[in-house]
Amino acid sequence: MTAPALTWHSHGAPGEQMPRLLADVEPTGGAIALDEHLEQWGVLDLRRVGVDLVDELEASGLVGHGGAWFPVATKWRSIGTRGARRPVVVANGAEGEPASSKDALLLTRTPHLVLDGASAAAAALGASRVVIYVPARLTHGMERAVEARRRRGLDPVEMEVMSAPDAFITGQESAVVSALDGRPAVPSFVGLQPVRVRGVAGRPTLVQNVETLAHVALIARFGAQWFRAIGTEQFPGSMLVTLSGRYAGPVVMEAPLGLPLRDLLGLSRAAGNDYRGALLGGYGGGWVSMPTLLEVDLTEASARMWNTTLGAGVVALLPHSVCPLVEVARVVRYMERQQAGQCGPCVHGLAALDEAVRCLALQPASLRGRVEPILELCALIDGRGGCRHPDGVVRFVRSACSVFGDEVATHLRHGPCRLIDAAPVLPIPHFRSAHAATDRTSSR
Amino acid sequence: MKRVVSLVIDRTTCDGRGLCAELFPERIELDPWGYPIIDGDEIPRSLLDHARRAARSCPLLALHLIESRQ
Ligand code: SF4
Ligand code: SF4
Repeated sequence: MTAPALTWHSHGAPGEQMPRLLADVEPTGGAIALDEHLEQWGVLDLRRVGVDLVDELEASGLVGHGGAWFPVATKWRSIGTRGARRPVVVANGAEGEPASSKDALLLTRTPHLVLDGASAAAAALGASRVVIYVPARLTHGMERAVEARRRRGLDPVEMEVMSAPDAFITGQESAVVSALDGRPAVPSFVGLQPVRVRGVAGRPTLVQNVETLAHVALIARFGAQWFRAIGTEQFPGSMLVTLSGRYAGPVVMEAPLGLPLRDLLGLSRAAGNDYRGALLGGYGGGWVSMPTLLEVDLTEASARMWNTTLGAGVVALLPHSVCPLVEVARVVRYMERQQAGQCGPCVHGLAALDEAVRCLALQPASLRGRVEPILELCALIDGRGGCRHPDGVVRFVRSACSVFGDEVATHLRHGPCRLIDAAPVLPIPHFRSAHAATDRTSSR
Repeated sequence: MKRVVSLVIDRTTCDGRGLCAELFPERIELDPWGYPIIDGDEIPRSLLDHARRAARSCPLLALHLIESRQ
């Protein structure tokens, strides 16, 4: 089955304004230029944006779409705006999750929606610095977009574009701050002073995902009422989802919150049998069985009921043509190599987990029939890192052991399965170990 | 609302030599790699002195007593 590289799901009656963020975004092509953007949405008069935008965001019920699902208005209100040091706004497009492409899609195709949102945040918070933080491959396009706005004098506060290293954790909030301050892009200890109080250059800092900012740009224009016209009462609005495994190549979709996943995916109960299971939320998310997947709605609350998360909106279907345990082992290795080499339980725990999960996939005899050591390692690691990176890996592994329980039992009893050399399905980027530098210095 | 005191550890700094577990065994044990496993629950008055001593003695200043209102 093939589908265009980009599509969206439109739900409900006409007039419900879907798609929103992806309106006028063609399946292929370049960025929507500034003129077209202004024609499409109208000019956002940033001089008239003030703190009342925060009230509007509160009424809209908008939550963050970077994976944490935190209410945006609450986050903005927590930014210290009264001190002597004016806040910094960071549009976070680092998107380290290999199974997600929605932020890159927004940035390459409709960059001005994101930039409108960043500028609106700066206006509402009285920020004096705005940074657009994106992977190196996207900086050129963003600089052009920023330049086009500069010529028009659209933004009261200058925007800088800075590049994020290609690694899983570079988008973590305190890692973003470290990167912008010229230190390595790894998380730091924020237990005493969170980023919202003391972030970039010691200033109060708002780090907000780029999709979230794109929603802000529309709420600033059309209001909370408009935003709530789709989605559910409790979970209003729309979200971007990166779906893989259903069509040839990943597809980014926009859908209203609360939509049953079976409708989003166009899956009947019978078609569900074509897949072995599904990963929600990406490599720090969790696996669900196909019958479970067909029960989940597109809300974070629904995903959490099944011990997983929507994360940054990732849904990946796993076909029967691969060994799920080999797929899991590859991802765990990737995640192990992406830890920042800072925290003992994460460094040692993920190394041990990587080895154990690799054994389960490829040399199960060495586990002597027991999966328990893997689960014990999970318990030992959970909640004990400086950031949530190890917790995500633990959720990924625990859920795999339960959803693929039959495969685990078969491996332990009979050895690796015949699909051992099937071509990989879950994307593993070419990576340099995030802690390679640390390894080298410590082994000297 | 009441004042709650608990231990928080800066994992990015702690090097796991375990002095804190020696000083405050009531609430800190060590994992197989030597890093502290900390019971994050409220610390009762009777144990506050031990907790304070452990936090003060950490050679890397990685262990903090945090007061919050709950
Ligand atoms: S928990 Fe792991 S990934 Fe997170 S800061 Fe510590 S070493 Fe880095
Ligand atoms: S004393 Fe400090 S550095 Fe040593 S193990 Fe305890 S917290 Fe870590």
